Amino acid sequence: MLALENIHAGYGPIDVLKGITLRVNEGEIVTVLGANGAGKSTTLMTIAGVNPCRQGMITFAGEPIANLPVHEIVRLGISQVPEGRRIFPRLTIRENLELGAFQRNDDIAGDLERALDLFPILRERTGQLGGTLSGGEQQMLAIARALMARPKLLLLDEPSLGLAPLMVVKIFEIIRAINQQGTTILLVEQNANMALHIAQRGYVLETGRIVLEDSAANLINNEQVRKSYLGG
Amino acid sequence: MTGWEVFLQQLIIGLSNGMIIALIALGYTMVYGIIELINFAHGDLFMLGCFAALTVVSLTGDLPVWLVLLLLLVLTPVFCGGLNWLVDRLAYRHLRDATKLAPLVSAIGVSFVFLNLGLFWGGLPLKVFGFGKAAAAPKDFPTLVSNANLLGNSNVEFTTKDLLVLVITVPLMVGLTLFVKQTRAGKAMRAVAQDRLAAQLMGIDANRVIGQTFLLGGGLAGVASVVAALYNNTIYFQMGYRAGMDAFTAAVLGGIGSLPGAVLGGLCIGLARALSDQYIATRWTNVMVFAILILVLVFRPSGLLGAKHREKV
Ligand SMILES: Nc1ncnc2c1ncn2[C@@H]1O[C@H](COP(=O)(O)OP(=O)(O)OP(=O)(O)O)[C@@H](O)[C@H]1O
Ligand SMILES: [Mg+2]
Repeated sequence: MLALENIHAGYGPIDVLKGITLRVNEGEIVTVLGANGAGKSTTLMTIAGVNPCRQGMITFAGEPIANLPVHEIVRLGISQVPEGRRIFPRLTIRENLELGAFQRNDDIAGDLERALDLFPILRERTGQLGGTLSGGEQQMLAIARALMARPKLLLLDEPSLGLAPLMVVKIFEIIRAINQQGTTILLVEQNANMALHIAQRGYVLETGRIVLEDSAANLINNEQVRKSYLGG
Repeated sequence: MTGWEVFLQQLIIGLSNGMIIALIALGYTMVYGIIELINFAHGDLFMLGCFAALTVVSLTGDLPVWLVLLLLLVLTPVFCGGLNWLVDRLAYRHLRDATKLAPLVSAIGVSFVFLNLGLFWGGLPLKVFGFGKAAAAPKDFPTLVSNANLLGNSNVEFTTKDLLVLVITVPLMVGLTLFVKQTRAGKAMRAVAQDRLAAQLMGIDANRVIGQTFLLGGGLAGVASVVAALYNNTIYFQMGYRAGMDAFTAAVLGGIGSLPGAVLGGLCIGLARALSDQYIATRWTNVMVFAILILVLVFRPSGLLGAKHREKV
């Protein structure tokens, strides 16, 4: 479904990504693990068209998409829940959700209902400003907002960052449920344990290069992964 | 005239001028809200709008007055909005990711270009421009709307012109508020103002939305041009400086980025000018406006309505 072929991208004169090759098949959850500054967010932003792709090929559903405008890529069916959630703090929850469906011109009422079913916490608060939500609730809103676009592929950037352990479990359950309903997922995480438990395959990113690639089951048992990302 | 009547008269004059300032301030505040650019060329855009309006009048002089007014209120905003959009497209758009100083300096440059364009325009060999004999001289704007007092024989005058200002500006401001609050394009504007990257990730074409903001803000300046020209009956190629200063002060006073703030700030500045003209001295009025600007910047930089959550756009 999505294939990155020797991608180079970065900021200023420096290439942060130095030749990333990865693929995501339809229906999968694929995770990308890596330490701070490895280039995980840069990878997602390059797929989304925010960062220019300086070299290499990105294809989605067989079509080249590298360096298309961001809104075009969203229209093709790739949505991102960015790092830090980035909900609109001074728009209501309902408005946040409506903006998620900005590219669509069909009826969104049904999807709004479905999103609120998936996140009942948001239901009683649709008129409240996004900025008044707690961190976990904001993460839910960010995910619900991205789903409103009906993406074929959902990019998730550290959805568990800064959340209490119970909330983390809940978010991962929801990610799994979204996947089971047919959305392919590319999940960037530092919480390797949780990520590898819901993913089918994973990649390990170190300073802009893929150093490991395997099934999630094998990665959990991999010596190097255990030492670096699973706390021994 | 009793003291109270004088005061009441100044209130009417102040509020009418305040509404005009508010229209210009809205364009400042919308553009600031969406790309944090203080558009120094905005006052001069307003000035060019006045020249466009006078040109329209000179070309349609034989038509009935209502039709001329209608043409003015359509063509001038289209001209100003289109020009504002074009400047963004040609200049600021290429500087989106540059440091904030770059678009700011460009805006100052655009202001000079507009100013000279106004000087050139006033020198065109048309009757309304005095056949171009004195390009820099103030030009008379024909009295299309009468000065008749609607309050009968009262000493206080509320004229047809004052009514015109209200009839044009109030619905426009209500409409703008509804547009920004309710429509898809308005929501996109607020989203881009709050978080451009997140808005792009929603599939919003941010450059297009920013362009629409320039179009709309410029259009409001164009309406202000028509109303101001009809109200004051004189235009001048350097009039953009004072108008821009008043409107910028109004936007900052109200809380830059806030739409209701721009209106409130505009009314305050209009009133302050009128009261200063009457009770202090005309020559001190600009100083008063500068003093307000400095005081606000020092003691309440977020403005009257910009306290906690600043609602941009
Ligand atoms: N806007 C930027 N300008 C310049 N350098 C940047 C920018 N964003 C990221 N970088 C640099 O690029 C490198 C990779 O950053 P990136 O955000 O992709 O890492 P990450 O793997 O997502 O890390 P984290 O786990 O902290 O989110 C880092 O060295 C970072 O300092
Ligand atoms: Mg990151």
